[in-house]
Amino acid sequence: MLTQINQKYLKIVIFIFSLGPIFFIIYQIITNQLGPEPIKDITHHTGKWTLYFIVITLAMTPLKNITKLNIWANYRRMFGLFIFFYASVHLMTYVGLDYRFDLTSIGDDIIKKKYIFIGFSAWLLLIPLALTSNKRMMKILKDKWKKLHRLIYLISLFGSIHYLWLVKRDLTEPLIFLTVILILLAFRFKSKSN
Amino acid sequence: MKKINYSEITSEKVYRKRRFFVKSLGLGLGSLSLGSLPLISNTFANVSENQPTSFKDITTYNNYYEFGTGKSDPHLKSQSFKTKPWTIKIEGEIEKPIELSIEEILSSFSSEERVLKLRCVEGWSMIIPWIGFSLNKIINKVKLKPNAKFVEFETVYDPEQMIGQRRPILNWPYKEGLRIDEAMHPLTTVVTGLYGKSLPKQNGAPLRIFVPWKYGFKSAKAIVKIKFVKNPPNTAWMNASPREYGFYSNVNPNVNHPRWSQASERVIGGNLLSPRVETQIFNGYGDDVANLYSGMDLKKNF
Repeated sequence: MLTQINQKYLKIVIFIFSLGPIFFIIYQIITNQLGPEPIKDITHHTGKWTLYFIVITLAMTPLKNITKLNIWANYRRMFGLFIFFYASVHLMTYVGLDYRFDLTSIGDDIIKKKYIFIGFSAWLLLIPLALTSNKRMMKILKDKWKKLHRLIYLISLFGSIHYLWLVKRDLTEPLIFLTVILILLAFRFKSKSN
Repeated sequence: MKKINYSEITSEKVYRKRRFFVKSLGLGLGSLSLGSLPLISNTFANVSENQPTSFKDITTYNNYYEFGTGKSDPHLKSQSFKTKPWTIKIEGEIEKPIELSIEEILSSFSSEERVLKLRCVEGWSMIIPWIGFSLNKIINKVKLKPNAKFVEFETVYDPEQMIGQRRPILNWPYKEGLRIDEAMHPLTTVVTGLYGKSLPKQNGAPLRIFVPWKYGFKSAKAIVKIKFVKNPPNTAWMNASPREYGFYSNVNPNVNHPRWSQASERVIGGNLLSPRVETQIFNGYGDDVANLYSGMDLKKNF
């Protein structure tokens, strides 16, 4: 069993690794390794890592149940915050870098393009989760905290659909992602009915 | 991984000088040939204010699903594609169907440089110094029957060589089409090369079509058949999603697409700080082609 000190170090290591994708894209920007559409590359990179962190976060509880180790649950909240972090960088790339805060065009996109509408909704839903993801709020909200944080199930579906709707033709990757999400969500219902 | 040796290719600087040379020639003697295409010479003047996109970007950032759906798939996976021997069948509503070899086409029709802008439906654009000639030169060689109202272009079907065709991403072989008056327009170009060289495989060698006022997918690559037909052809992308891709697919900032902004575009070759550029109706070629659509509701006929 890991001692508490080791667990603390492990948490720092995981934290640094979770920042890896952002360091990676910064490195690519600095060394000029992005393709002919660099902003699209940054948007896709941060979008993908948002989705990966959704999978990682949702995988913690099933892993805890399967391995019967509580340690997984210790990192769930941190991973959840990384979802918000990557989703926000993703959104800011689109709003700030791509559209230069041209709010008319962005508003138009949100209304007219359903994949942007659902993606933006997912980001809005993440805000209350990010704001209440500290111990103090857990204590204040008590039972309600758990209920509130079940929003992540809806967010994960919104994220998958956002990806599915934006792909032009080859749906393989978004469908794999959606399947993984559905399996991870199925664990919740299974354990409930047990 | 096979890499293209760019040193073999005219450097951009030398290339631009040469282009300048061609242009200054054009002002004098060249008016003989350009004079017959007054509309084009105008267009060239407008577009050449912009610098052409680099050879590297033009030849490594492509949509050519026959070789895969990634942007770098075409240049990575097309290099062993055989473009010789190559024949193009011309058939359908014409008096006498013919077959032309690529050599015959190259020797019968003189090509010229045409710096034209490509606008992809995905919201990016390039300025490409194509080598080619007007499609109407070929059409004028065949006798059209009165029923020839549309023309259909068909890309080669060869899943052995084109690995993208092994999956049903699109309804292979790729088909595209134009109304006959669009096909006859001098800006509709048969492309045989770019940047002063023969056409790279990833750009549609040995022969493709290029229609500058329409989204890029309208311009079929590696063409083996040109067929004149009575009714609008059912094209590959219309087949895939009729709601998203219309038969005309003229560049139009006022017609929304569910995925990409059509109001603005990214010019390839920029950096992180380059702004988006407003998309122009008919990709900026409206003066030349708008009359083809007079009286038509372009939002309905998108």
